[in-house]
Amino acid sequence: MSFVSRGFHRRHTEPGQEGRVPPGQYVTTDFPVLSAGPTPHRPLENWTFSITGEIDEPLRWTWDEFRALPSENITKDIHCVTKWSKLDTRWEGVSIDTLLDGVETSAEFVVAFSDGGYTTNLPLADLKGGKAWVAFGFEDEPLEPEHGGPARLLVPHLYFWKSAKWVRGLQLREDDEPGFWEGYGYHNYGDPWLEQRYAGD
Amino acid sequence: MARAAVRGRLTWQLTEVVESIEETPRVKSLVLRAPEWSGHRAGQHVDIRLTAEDGYQVQRSYSIASAPEEQSLVLTVERLDDGEVSPYLVDELRPGDQLELRGPIGGYFAWDTSAGGPLLLVGGGSGIVPLMSILRHRVAAGNNADVRLLASWRTAGDIIYGAELERLGRLDGVEIIHTLTRDAPAGWTGRRGRIDEAMLGDVGWAAKAAPLSFVCGPTGLVEAVATGLVALGHAPERIRTERFGPTGG
Repeated sequence: MSFVSRGFHRRHTEPGQEGRVPPGQYVTTDFPVLSAGPTPHRPLENWTFSITGEIDEPLRWTWDEFRALPSENITKDIHCVTKWSKLDTRWEGVSIDTLLDGVETSAEFVVAFSDGGYTTNLPLADLKGGKAWVAFGFEDEPLEPEHGGPARLLVPHLYFWKSAKWVRGLQLREDDEPGFWEGYGYHNYGDPWLEQRYAGD
Repeated sequence: MARAAVRGRLTWQLTEVVESIEETPRVKSLVLRAPEWSGHRAGQHVDIRLTAEDGYQVQRSYSIASAPEEQSLVLTVERLDDGEVSPYLVDELRPGDQLELRGPIGGYFAWDTSAGGPLLLVGGGSGIVPLMSILRHRVAAGNNADVRLLASWRTAGDIIYGAELERLGRLDGVEIIHTLTRDAPAGWTGRRGRIDEAMLGDVGWAAKAAPLSFVCGPTGLVEAVATGLVALGHAPERIRTERFGPTGG
């Protein structure tokens, strides 16, 4: 590192956060909102969650059926590609392992799809093994529409654009199809610890 | 949603500050000489990286204010008092200094002349910056898309690009409307109060004109405007949003 920004000095110190904040990130206590378009407002009575694609019989839950599934309380740090990280966020959601229980598939990839047309792609392995949820509660309250309610994907080990807001289902795929931001030059995988923000990082 | 081609790798590059223009006491425009810059689309942003002598680095995103046609790359930055990057950019950085950045980033919140109009640009505070790039592009390209820009400010003293907006507002097909949410000076002829559905119905385009809308600002404003436009019958896929959180730094 040869370049130094003349006159720039570290201003924030974050004691106790060593090892918890990925490179290039800063900690916020707010919960900033990011989305590319208007917030969809889907009534619960016509909300469903589907698993489609490489699966013998597509799966579908109504809201009541989905909420009747076993849920978990999750406390995780989250990291947005726009540089903020938020520590110890508390969620309630249904594990993807629960949704995929008993499913046999040849798929290696998933495209999550949402109300409003948003999509994001992930390896199926990143959604399994207790690493991902469909979250409907945040800090003991129903998840607000601005933050992706009634339900959003929660994949905290990847940059937060992978945690699709207003998620309505998962398409199981044998090939890897770039999602919305991935098609605009953001990284295909998005590991915050490797600072995979943009294509080629 | 439309998809743009995936670009090549975004590498860090050094630019030089040519000029630092005080827009308001809290806001400066940094005019940069960027010899490695590959060009941008109006509405896109860059990542800035600052490096301290001990190797400590910090990054933030800033919108590009200049049109693609301009020689220099211009960023407009508002100082957030508890921020780590914006006070440096606004108070410390001066002509001759170098600034490291990479980009352009984004591509959905972007406008090309081929997308046509009419355009509705709605900004709150420094959220006007990417909208200014779009407006400047519309003018620099000699495009004739009808454009209305509705900008919300706390007070008249907070208005960025005031003189230029007044000049551009006299061009055919360009309308500039300011609204002040706090005090208005004597003789103020613009709007007053926060942007709501009623104001959008008044100064925006009819839904049947199918405008392309770009909305940028704090979350509260973006939510109110995007929801208001949908309620007025505008198609959600014609409304593009970008938000400046209070922690933009």
